[in-house]
Amino acid sequence: MPQEFKKQYKEILEKYILRQTEHNLYEGQNISRQLIQKNISPEEVISIHKASLEEIMSDLPEEVWHSFDLLIEVMVRYGLALKEHQTLIQKQQNIKMEMELAANVQQTLLKTKVPNLVDLDIGMISVPAKEMNGDYTHFLHDSTHVGIAVADVIGKGIPAALCMSMIKYGMDSLDGAETNPVIVLDVINRIVEKSVSDSMFISMFYGKYDTSKSEFTYASAGHEPPLFYCSESSSFSELQAKGLLLGVIPNVKYEQHSIALKKGDFVVMMTDGVTECRSKEGFIEQQTIMDIIENVKDQCAQEMVEYVFHKLEELQDFEQRDDFTLVIFKKV
Amino acid sequence: MNISVELHQKDLLVVNGIIKGEIDAFTAPILREKLSEIDLKENLQVNIDLTDVSYMDSTGLGVFVGFYKSINASNGHMELIGLSSRLKRLFDITGLGEIMDIQASSGEVKIDETV
Repeated sequence: MPQEFKKQYKEILEKYILRQTEHNLYEGQNISRQLIQKNISPEEVISIHKASLEEIMSDLPEEVWHSFDLLIEVMVRYGLALKEHQTLIQKQQNIKMEMELAANVQQTLLKTKVPNLVDLDIGMISVPAKEMNGDYTHFLHDSTHVGIAVADVIGKGIPAALCMSMIKYGMDSLDGAETNPVIVLDVINRIVEKSVSDSMFISMFYGKYDTSKSEFTYASAGHEPPLFYCSESSSFSELQAKGLLLGVIPNVKYEQHSIALKKGDFVVMMTDGVTECRSKEGFIEQQTIMDIIENVKDQCAQEMVEYVFHKLEELQDFEQRDDFTLVIFKKV
Repeated sequence: MNISVELHQKDLLVVNGIIKGEIDAFTAPILREKLSEIDLKENLQVNIDLTDVSYMDSTGLGVFVGFYKSINASNGHMELIGLSSRLKRLFDITGLGEIMDIQASSGEVKIDETV
């Protein structure tokens, strides 16, 4: 251990005392790397230095040797700090591994399948800003209905991820895709309100498409309003519906509205990761987002959401600050 | 990534606060900590001026919801004043504007009227 380095160190020291060249100094840097790798503490290094010097220049005055003893004592704390640092690095690596595992479990647990319908083209993209996604999308569907929940858990990371399991639990307890949006929000609000801490809450949009009537019915719990594109008038409008965030108070009245979808019409549902995009010049305006979407309105829904994501990513200089989710329901 | 939070105990039952800067995931914990220092006496009135808040995201909303809940539990009242149109929209979309006492900044209201 330190002994094997002692011989090596002594040689380097001898050379350097003799000739103070760059090269000889560089040898010192090299051995320092090896010493760190072998976990040799700073005070041990000074002991090695002192012992080597004693052999090279034994005639140094007594006072010099005493001074080394003091230096060794001073370095002891540094040695302890170094050990602590190494333990922390190890711990951090473990936590990182656990986080990756948890993110995988979350993805498997919350996986939702995009339904396949004849008259409705669905596109979806959800990209987390960090390992864990705070946005949540869930589909319910039967032969005539598709239900879509787009939610954003406020608060990020692990607590947010755990919160999402609660939404999933609430959705699973419903009667199926035919359930009215206001009922869905009411059920989930009651679950969340009982179980969530004071400063954590969820914004959620719920929409239901009825294939027999080509009708889209929706309600919102404090969520970013979706955009509706009317192909006849080539214009966008917001689908507003009043309703408080989930988890703030137990009894909330949610508004519910319906619109008919005609061929070429589409609904763009999103989270605030889309609307709160910031470029160097400031916020990206809603009009910009509409323009981007309109550019690709004739492509399939999946191509549309991917295009919008990449365009906004570009505008933000590829610095994604928030989880990003975009879902398009397009009547074909 | 900067925020300044000033709280002034005006009298026994009134606290005035001024927040400046950005309220996001980085600064929200600072704000939460500051607000938690307020001694929530029965019937306390807390007025918070957000005129110089240039940006707030949902994490910031979370802090105010948390504070709103705890001050209500002690029969107190929170009022947020000087909201920019962007902040006002955030409170309106989330439905919080209907349950909380919020006031848009006078300048912003004028701009809204001319639109």
